[in-house]
Amino acid sequence: MDIQVRVWRQSGPEDKGRMVTYDVKDISPDASFLEMLDVLNEKLILDGDDPVAFDHDCREGICGMCGMMINGVAHGPERATTTCQLHMRHFKDGDTIDVEPWRAAAFPVIKDLVVNRGAFDRIIAAGGYITAPTGTAPDAHATPVPKPDADAAFEAATCIGCGACVAACPNGSSMLFTAAKVAHLGLLPQGQPERDSRVVDMLEAQDEAGFGGCTNMGECTTVCPKGIPLTLIGRLNNDYRKAVGKR
Amino acid sequence: MTDSFWNEGDPIADGAAPDGPIETRWERRKFSAKLVNPANRRKLTVIVVGTGLAGGSAAATLAEAGYKVRSYCYQDSPRRAHSIAAQGGINAAKNYRNDGDSIYRLFYDTVKGGDFRARESNVYRLAQVSVNIIDQCVAQGVPFAREYGGLLDNRSFGGTQVSRTFYARGQTGQQLLLGAYQAMERQIGLGNIEMNARHEMLELIVVDGRARGVVVRDLVTGEITTDFADAVVLASGGYGNVFFLSTNAKGCNVTATWRAHRKGALFANPCYTQIHPTCIPESGTHQSKLTLMSESLRNDGRVWVPRKAEDCGKPAADVPEEDRDYYLERIYPSFGNLVPRDIASRAAKNVCDEGRGVGPGGLGVYLDFADAIQRLGRKAVEAKYGNLFEMYQRITGEDPYEVPMRIYPAVHYTMGGLWVDYDLQSTIPGLFVIGEANFSDHGANRLGASALMQGLADGYFVLPNTINNYLAAGPFEPVSPDDPEVVEARTQVEDRLTRLLAVDGDRTVDSFHRELGHIMWEYCGMERTEEGLTKAIGLIRGLREEFWTRVKVPGTGEQLNQNLEKAGRVADFFELAELMCIDALHRAESAGGHFRAESQTPDGEALRHDDEFGYVAAWEYGDVPTLHKEDLTFEYVHPSTRSYK
Repeated sequence: MDIQVRVWRQSGPEDKGRMVTYDVKDISPDASFLEMLDVLNEKLILDGDDPVAFDHDCREGICGMCGMMINGVAHGPERATTTCQLHMRHFKDGDTIDVEPWRAAAFPVIKDLVVNRGAFDRIIAAGGYITAPTGTAPDAHATPVPKPDADAAFEAATCIGCGACVAACPNGSSMLFTAAKVAHLGLLPQGQPERDSRVVDMLEAQDEAGFGGCTNMGECTTVCPKGIPLTLIGRLNNDYRKAVGKR
Repeated sequence: MTDSFWNEGDPIADGAAPDGPIETRWERRKFSAKLVNPANRRKLTVIVVGTGLAGGSAAATLAEAGYKVRSYCYQDSPRRAHSIAAQGGINAAKNYRNDGDSIYRLFYDTVKGGDFRARESNVYRLAQVSVNIIDQCVAQGVPFAREYGGLLDNRSFGGTQVSRTFYARGQTGQQLLLGAYQAMERQIGLGNIEMNARHEMLELIVVDGRARGVVVRDLVTGEITTDFADAVVLASGGYGNVFFLSTNAKGCNVTATWRAHRKGALFANPCYTQIHPTCIPESGTHQSKLTLMSESLRNDGRVWVPRKAEDCGKPAADVPEEDRDYYLERIYPSFGNLVPRDIASRAAKNVCDEGRGVGPGGLGVYLDFADAIQRLGRKAVEAKYGNLFEMYQRITGEDPYEVPMRIYPAVHYTMGGLWVDYDLQSTIPGLFVIGEANFSDHGANRLGASALMQGLADGYFVLPNTINNYLAAGPFEPVSPDDPEVVEARTQVEDRLTRLLAVDGDRTVDSFHRELGHIMWEYCGMERTEEGLTKAIGLIRGLREEFWTRVKVPGTGEQLNQNLEKAGRVADFFELAELMCIDALHRAESAGGHFRAESQTPDGEALRHDDEFGYVAAWEYGDVPTLHKEDLTFEYVHPSTRSYK
């Protein structure tokens, strides 16, 4: 199939940036979206142009490194799918596709489609963990965990930290990301001792990093490639109120 | 004729492993290793390159212990290291199933599974430590699968007859890595780890014979800097991407370990690569990587191809039961679809070579769940494998609940790596190598669910004990940026980048990488011959020369330049590829994942030659590489022919 892509080109953080149109010919419907960009880049290089910079690594939907706005939707038109797992069979011959980076105040553009998501790491560093220094652990069977709790914790823990939730949110909020970690650890008995401090500290770090506030729009969960549910944000708010109430 | 490709040097021995009863070797080593008192730890710095299961767990644990740690990774966050993609599970000798498992049995299975090319002492330690890993991960909040009683669930996994594999649906690597990452972030928050994401190590700095630092490139600004420490830990993963198409992440590379090899660290068993049997087949020339489907699928899926080549073009449903060849069940009745990875892979290649493969190019075999769906119900199959089925459907556009999956082997893991002793120290004092980056514990073939175990064993429990013994002699003399060794290392990096940018030829980096990959897959893949390997060495040398005269790297070195990053990695892959072929050529036996066509039994099974090749091949860098042999002795598990029939 032959398509056109309009790609955001920005040489560096200071550049204003602009959309540039490219023709991409003879793409297999079985190619992934990133493989389509590979084909474009091979051509740009041989033509003496600057190839499009984009983040990617595992290309199997788990590392969370890739992500771009495709026709205005984070990770493109398929639900529960990362950009690397989106295949060209979901587009039509002759389509024009807009490709842009995540746009959020807390994720500044580095180049083209590459953004800085370091703010996510800072939220985790503020409290997204259970303090369990190596070698101090009791036997793994010492504390049984009811299966429904373990399963729910797992569901929340599947977040890949790609940032689509932030990119989709009109407020640029990272609430779904933070809520997923708060739920994962808060659902487990091991996570109880730090439950209160965790939620308070992570929310503080989130505000400091420049993310917007959550107004329950739900755009985040719609684009989340792992389907992290909006209900976790309600859970976070409950945890937060309880934690602050105890202070 | 062939020995003009290499020289033979003095044998090498592992001086760090205690002898005596194997059960107490690790205890005794921990006791004999020197300690560093807590007040002195603050004065000692360790550089850790890589943040996967090995590097992440090591950085967190060393920082907890009080050392100053500086970590590097090429990704934008330590959470993205490729350990995250491991699906199936992690082994541990907990014997929670009461099915006869024990530390000794895990040790036995691993030595045997590695086809008697691993060290007994290391493997025994791995099995011992496996038990602590699960405890540690549960304490961190890793959400392993549980049963209704609230206790941890286990399953049997690729080639074992006990259920010792712990898992978190099909995302075990992700959950274990997030555990290590969170422990690491906690230490970053406390100021004990300085994290440098989007940085790539391009050279090792060796001063007065000791590893003292690294030269790194900031991938965003292109700035080249040097960093000094009392010890350097490489946890930079494996080199499967030398084949271009592999299950590795696109960024996985050999540069950190290869640069250390060029500085004097021996590289052991480079030809030991693992080909994984259950990957999604290639769909066309655009293919940029291959995706693995967890081999846990083989627990319930049945592998087959049509009996007759003329049936291969038909839809699977049109091939009647009596015309299907469930070849693994036929050839290996006692293990059936659960034979180890190397055997399953080679069997798939054999049936495709016979013209009985299915799908594009005839390079695929069926993995069929029809029986399992009938026996267990669709819901149960969905609960077990739902995310894998979804992933398959997303990539291929086919629904595996309705039509059988198509699978084909792909390069997945590399057992070879930098040579280390029992302390995980390389031949350069102060340079430690952990996880897939070392050659360590898997011998000639790695069993399923063992890579996660080894990465975390090294990082949480082994290295943090053994590195003390080295650091006890520190802090070492301060290193200055003006020291001749530092200036030299830095200049080497700068010159190489300048050279890559200056060629300005007419071929892209990827086109060279793809071609190199084809050569390696063809001649140094599942099946190898003396003739093919000799030919491959010539082809690689020719292509490498062409690379340095025709490659085109756009842009400059002073910016984010992903093609410059790739070019440097591919340049190192060329050198590694040649050494892999030389290693494969010299090892005129079939062992584990490495099948040498000249060395097989009359019925086509792999034939080892223990008298001749019962050693680790540790290679020293040079225009002509030098082979140092480390003899392997087996006091507990006596070499036998692996039989899965």
